Amino acid sequence: MGNLSLFLQHLTNGISLGSLYALIAIGYTMVYGILRLINFAHGDIFMLGVYLTYFGILYTAIPWWLMFIIGPALTGVVGLLLERVAYKPLRDSPRITILISAIGASFLLQNLGIVLFGGRPRAFPVPHILNHVVKVRGVSINVITFIIPVVTILLLIGLNYFITKTKTGMAMRALSRDYETASLMGIDINRIISVTFFMGSFLAAVGGIMWGARYPQLMPLMGVMPGLKSFIAAVVGGIGNIAGAVAGGFLLGLGEIMLVALLPRLTGYRDAFAFVVLIIILLFKPAGLMGSTQTEKV
Amino acid sequence: MLEVMDLHVNYGGIAALRGINLTIKENQIVTLIGANGAGKSSTLRAIMGLVKKSKGQVLYKGEDISNLPTKDIVAKGITMVPEGRRVFANLTVEENLLLGAYTRSDHKAIARDMEKVYSTFPRLKERSWQKAGTLSGGEQQMLAVGRALMSSPQILMMDEPSLGLAPLLVKEVFEIILLLREQGNTILLVEQNAKKALEIADYGYVLETGQLVLEGPGKALLADAKVQEAYLGAAR
Ligand SMILES: Nc1ncnc2c1ncn2[C@@H]1O[C@H](COP(=O)(O)OP(=O)(O)OP(=O)(O)O)[C@@H](O)[C@H]1O
Ligand SMILES: [Mg+2]
Repeated sequence: MGNLSLFLQHLTNGISLGSLYALIAIGYTMVYGILRLINFAHGDIFMLGVYLTYFGILYTAIPWWLMFIIGPALTGVVGLLLERVAYKPLRDSPRITILISAIGASFLLQNLGIVLFGGRPRAFPVPHILNHVVKVRGVSINVITFIIPVVTILLLIGLNYFITKTKTGMAMRALSRDYETASLMGIDINRIISVTFFMGSFLAAVGGIMWGARYPQLMPLMGVMPGLKSFIAAVVGGIGNIAGAVAGGFLLGLGEIMLVALLPRLTGYRDAFAFVVLIIILLFKPAGLMGSTQTEKV
Repeated sequence: MLEVMDLHVNYGGIAALRGINLTIKENQIVTLIGANGAGKSSTLRAIMGLVKKSKGQVLYKGEDISNLPTKDIVAKGITMVPEGRRVFANLTVEENLLLGAYTRSDHKAIARDMEKVYSTFPRLKERSWQKAGTLSGGEQQMLAVGRALMSSPQILMMDEPSLGLAPLLVKEVFEIILLLREQGNTILLVEQNAKKALEIADYGYVLETGQLVLEGPGKALLADAKVQEAYLGAAR
């Protein structure tokens, strides 16, 4: 295998991992944009998405491809309920209170996962058509590695359309700027917040399923690391900025794979890579790559 | 049409409004004047449900709307231009106007009203694709007024709409207010510019540290010695 084909293989792997980080990071950034809250439970919502889909495929007659839609939808509802139960009652409390509630929700979901699903890893039932290796010009690639970026890009196009072109998307942007004036427009703030949590959780679950198809081992704590790295991706991109979260996700995914590929001796530091990037970016651009330091006319 | 009865508002135990009574008749311009911190904005915000009323009632067409959420009050046809512009800086001018029509669904009527706003404020039309945050202060104020008009309100409450506008535009805003009344709207106007406000108002209220101290037809208040002294800068 030539150097080029090897490089291409790493590149696709990196893009694929970056796509997953991007999908999860969007949820962090959307919620932050609207509530100024870091939803620490987001990584665990990702985990829940994989498990819900797993159980749906194994224990119901629903075909896997349909479950790949129902699973995220259910996860979206869980995310929405999480906001209603854990965050909404605290909306007028100091920000630190709601942050602590988010940390609590994260621990709760993790431990609930251990109790309900067991700590023993489970194997995700990857459908065969997603899981076979094809050879393109000497580069052997698992089909799922291709599918992940394609699905991600389609979702991003849809999300972009939603945010920029629909009335609800417009309301979402208005809300991220000014709650009170948004409500003066007749916007139902609770509804928009629910939609935000639903969408963020849905995307994380889609990411989770594809993660499961790529690394088919399910564990109740499987959301912790991807969640943390995606959060870093959102911060690196400029938290609150969706394009930034996507860029941050790809940057981290690609960087991580390339680090392991090009400097195999640093493989053990793979998980530290995200933090190094975080520190460097924050040193030079505290608001993140695409973050804006808001200027307001007074 | 709109009746405010015994309205009280407290901010953390400090009384900002202590028993306000207002009657706003259909198709009238009613103005609320008073010094800084008298509680004018608090009155409007309490009517819109943006701040909690510790006591009192708001009736709209006889219906108690005191405890409705803001969005429902807006949907009923009451709109407020908030103090200090408050445009959505991250949205374009056009999007800001569309958000003004958020509760409406008749696209034709919305498009018609959009044209109307643009013809009133040609500056906004020229800048329809610009982010609202990049507008000048005066342009933002025009946008805030235009956005409120987009909801096609029955009652329009304006909190210092002329603030920061050049004299010519101030005149423009007051002309719009008169025009709105001609078109059947009802207006509750809060203004620093007491003279101008009283000149066009059918009825006026004078607020002092959370209480009404005077009320009467606009012209009568304009002629009142106490009002002249305190708000119109007349020498004794
Ligand atoms: N959110 C708040 N928290 C605490 N106090 C407040 C708050 N909003 C207003 N106040 C106080 O309530 C009083 C009335 O304020 P309000 O904004 O209604 O006055 P105003 O008549 O609109 O004044 P201005 O002409 O300066 O706009 C003031 O003393 C103000 O400091
Ligand atoms: Mg005020």
